[in-house]
Amino acid sequence: MNWFKYSSPQTFYPLAGRMVPLFFALAALFAIPGLYIGFFVAPTDAQQGESYRIIFIHVPAAWMSMFIYVVMAFWAGVGLAFNTRLSSMMASALAPTGALMTFIALWTGSLWGKPTWGTWWVWDARLTAELILLFLYFGFMALQAAIDDPRRADKAGAVLALVGVINIPIITFSVQWWNTLHQGASVSLTRSPTMAATMLTGMLVMALAFWMYSIAASLLRARSIILERERNADWVREWREAAP
Amino acid sequence: MNWGSLAAFIAMGGYGTYVWGSFGVTVLLIAIEVLLLVARHRAARRQL
Amino acid sequence: MLAALRTVIRRDLLLALRNKSDAANTLLFFVIVASLFPLGVGPEPALLRGIAPGVVWVAALLASMLALARLFAADYADGTLEQLALAPQPLAALVAAKILAHWLVSGLPLVLIAPLLGLQFDLSGTALLTLMVSLLIGTPVLSLLGAIGAALTLGLRASGVLVPLIVLPLTVPVLVFGAGAVEAAAAGLGAEAQLSLLAAFLLVSAALSPWAAAAAIRIALE
Repeated sequence: MNWFKYSSPQTFYPLAGRMVPLFFALAALFAIPGLYIGFFVAPTDAQQGESYRIIFIHVPAAWMSMFIYVVMAFWAGVGLAFNTRLSSMMASALAPTGALMTFIALWTGSLWGKPTWGTWWVWDARLTAELILLFLYFGFMALQAAIDDPRRADKAGAVLALVGVINIPIITFSVQWWNTLHQGASVSLTRSPTMAATMLTGMLVMALAFWMYSIAASLLRARSIILERERNADWVREWREAAP
Repeated sequence: MNWGSLAAFIAMGGYGTYVWGSFGVTVLLIAIEVLLLVARHRAARRQL
Repeated sequence: MLAALRTVIRRDLLLALRNKSDAANTLLFFVIVASLFPLGVGPEPALLRGIAPGVVWVAALLASMLALARLFAADYADGTLEQLALAPQPLAALVAAKILAHWLVSGLPLVLIAPLLGLQFDLSGTALLTLMVSLLIGTPVLSLLGAIGAALTLGLRASGVLVPLIVLPLTVPVLVFGAGAVEAAAAGLGAEAQLSLLAAFLLVSAALSPWAAAAAIRIALE
């Protein structure tokens, strides 16, 4: 199978069209057992009671938020290095879903913090790093939105995403250092001492569900971006005439 | 099975607001994203 | 090569000298922002001492963002940047020279005036010295990171707000360790660890950001 065949928007568009429903179905397929384990199999936490069940979405969303940024920077970098339009479109398609995952991680972290720490927001190392990550996503999207020429937007976004991906470990490290210095919270959402095996299983299955969902959502967005950008390309016109 | 009744399930041991606030908003946001994506794709096809 | 770099630096410094009010405005902004905080939070010396490192550092961060608009914009508008991109010398080196000149005009004055602001906040002598040293190592990093943002937004209508939006999240480590150094010194602890980390950031960003900024300039010129 020749994978490069699918590296042009023209061949990728119908392929993505077939993959979107598949990945949405996979997301549902993982979410159902994930939620079942999360709510019905995993036992009540001795320290935190039922409130810990938030980790079944908090941790997967936090993982995805960081993973998507790396994947986004990868595709943006490929688009910059090899001048492939489709890779850059994929990077732009990933950004809003990544930002959504970051927001979900922040929102659920805050809702978990209220009963655990007694306040809606704690400058916990993880939450703070997620907040900065959200700013990085917003910066990437704002830069691309401000540039009218799509090719320049692709390349400028790529430079920013690559600078960001180099910076993320440094930011995470500095935030952790800052947090330990200022005597941060002692309870962490994922470092519960009584982390049962079923909790970990539930978290992993939910992470798979979030992963499949992110693939489906970004492929669907990539399809829209392809049509919006290639509106005047020959293949779109031919395809339009063939299937009205 | 952790829950004796539906009421116990909804109450989440007193943490219902937080747990359902998390899961509810997540589901809501994902639903909104999917709706927006479908609408964007429809609009892109219509404007060809 | 070195002659070209010297020429770029001398030219940018001369231009800045002819337009002294630009650099002065950045400095004034820095002083005003930092002076507003005691008015906002009250004049208690203990409180002011506590917030001083963060306030002065955040004010320096904002002031250097403000100054970035001048880094490439005029050269982009009059075509000088295009000439630099066509020059036989590597563009990254010429960009590094421009960043250095920019820092001398906009960053160094912040370092020199910072002790005065520190006095407003009742900082001790060692804390004042650490503040200056941390700004001396940290503000070049801000100029280097900011250059990438300034280059990416060349010629865009919204570049004024966009630059801080994309650059400020990247400056978090500088803020954390810059303010952290002053805090440690004020508490009577050694600030060597923070200062060496800042110096490491300076080395890494000096090695990488001129390339990124040069790439961004080429993208904008296409």
